[in-house]
Amino acid sequence: MDASGKFVLPLSGIPYLAKDVFCEKGVPTTACSNLLRDKDYLPPFDSTTTKRLKAAGAISFGKANTDEFTMGASTETSCFGVTHNPWDTDRVAGGSSGGSAAAVSADECLFALGTDTGGSIRQPASFCSCTGIKVSYGRTSRFGVMSMASSLDTIGTLAKTVEDAALILQVIAGQDPLDGTTSPAPVSDYSAALLKPVKGMKVGLPKEYFIEGMNPEVEKAVREAAKVYESLGATIVDVSMPHTKYAIATYYVIVPSEVSSNMSRYDGIRYGHTVSHPENLLDYYERVRSEGFGPEVKRRIMIGTYALSAGYYDAYYRKAQKVRTLVKQDFEEAFENVDVLLSPVAPTPAFKIGAHTGDPLQMYLEDVFTCPINLSGMCGLAIPCGFSSENLPIGMQLIGPQFREDLLFQFGHAFQKETDWHGRKPGL
Amino acid sequence: MVTLDPAAVRHIGKLARLRLTDEEVEKFAPELTSILQYIDKLSEVNTENVAPTSQLTGLENVFRSDVLRGEDTSSDELLQTSPLPIIDHQIASPPAHG
Repeated sequence: MDASGKFVLPLSGIPYLAKDVFCEKGVPTTACSNLLRDKDYLPPFDSTTTKRLKAAGAISFGKANTDEFTMGASTETSCFGVTHNPWDTDRVAGGSSGGSAAAVSADECLFALGTDTGGSIRQPASFCSCTGIKVSYGRTSRFGVMSMASSLDTIGTLAKTVEDAALILQVIAGQDPLDGTTSPAPVSDYSAALLKPVKGMKVGLPKEYFIEGMNPEVEKAVREAAKVYESLGATIVDVSMPHTKYAIATYYVIVPSEVSSNMSRYDGIRYGHTVSHPENLLDYYERVRSEGFGPEVKRRIMIGTYALSAGYYDAYYRKAQKVRTLVKQDFEEAFENVDVLLSPVAPTPAFKIGAHTGDPLQMYLEDVFTCPINLSGMCGLAIPCGFSSENLPIGMQLIGPQFREDLLFQFGHAFQKETDWHGRKPGL
Repeated sequence: MVTLDPAAVRHIGKLARLRLTDEEVEKFAPELTSILQYIDKLSEVNTENVAPTSQLTGLENVFRSDVLRGEDTSSDELLQTSPLPIIDHQIASPPAHG
């Protein structure tokens, strides 16, 4: 707001929370890890995203909980403790952007920043009944955001409506000289996209995203959503994406490999946890890292170290990169015939806190419908589309071609004009 | 089928600069084994003549001029985040050969 009381900037006075991996100058940023919490890391610079939001008038007023270094699907690996789901506090809020989703859902902020490497914006958005945009890789800048897997990480937002998400992305999207992987492709006018009808357009339902064992209420809600599009004049088309079943295995080679490399910077020299009286440098590294990292971070570092070690690189990392090509081709072929794809976000609504503790693989399978989008670089939008008989939110996912976030906003807004799922509030 | 025994886990820990306790080694050995066995599923896929995907944007050789920007922060501010002593604008790390 300017001195005359006018809201002159696109997001003047809008309060938001940043997931605890976005650097803001002088604001403690810990990745919810004991490695950085020990000596609260005070970043000496701003992430491009928070800088752009500040320039647009938005006000950052805190940090949101996340799984440690964003590694998890339930926000249970945070060193600060688990985030509870506002719809049922015995259940998780999802993850890793669970703090962001719970805060938006509980009206603690107007929007929150998140990161999405394999579903970390969309799955918590679905569990907490928010709108969450996972952008195409390269659409937003990763500068100043703590990395997990650099070839998959994306920066996005959780919001109350598609319209809000479009206004926020308009501010944060676009090329950044400080992140060489951001695309020079022009950013569309997302507000204009909201006004376009979906009549005559094609929505694909990938059969591999409606699998045996998934919650029938989730399937029903998403199929009902397809009917809404039909009623608006869109055509529903069945499509097949045969490599979907290999996405999780591919993802859990590529992610830990990149994690093992990215986490090597946390050695207690430039920032973070420290120990006294080390025998030598190696002793120092080992003690700092062993005391600072939690179990899920250690697991991923070790899987990655193994997959990248001499003699195993071709069998794991190289192989996964090739299967990644096939997963990506599935999407490219699908988008030759349809405008967007529609699927569930997750196979079930929010699960109970502790349900997957002690079974890391089960937790990894949470990403089954979301990680293929990251592997392929496409964009995805999670929006509320119903509730289970236990009054737990159910989310649907719209998937669009690379850099076609405008299409997702067009389809998402059209749905929210016809339904009121996104307007419901948890009875806190 | 790949199996990681406790000795292998300890070795990987060493390569990763993680000092694992006996309890951690016992816990991680079956967990990492089950993850790697799940990953083995990739061997079902025929990837002959498939090029690997290492990046998604199609951008190649993104260069910028190597000039100091100096507008976001300063070297002294960056040094302040270190938990170790700072001597003459340098971090005093433990000795490499102690």
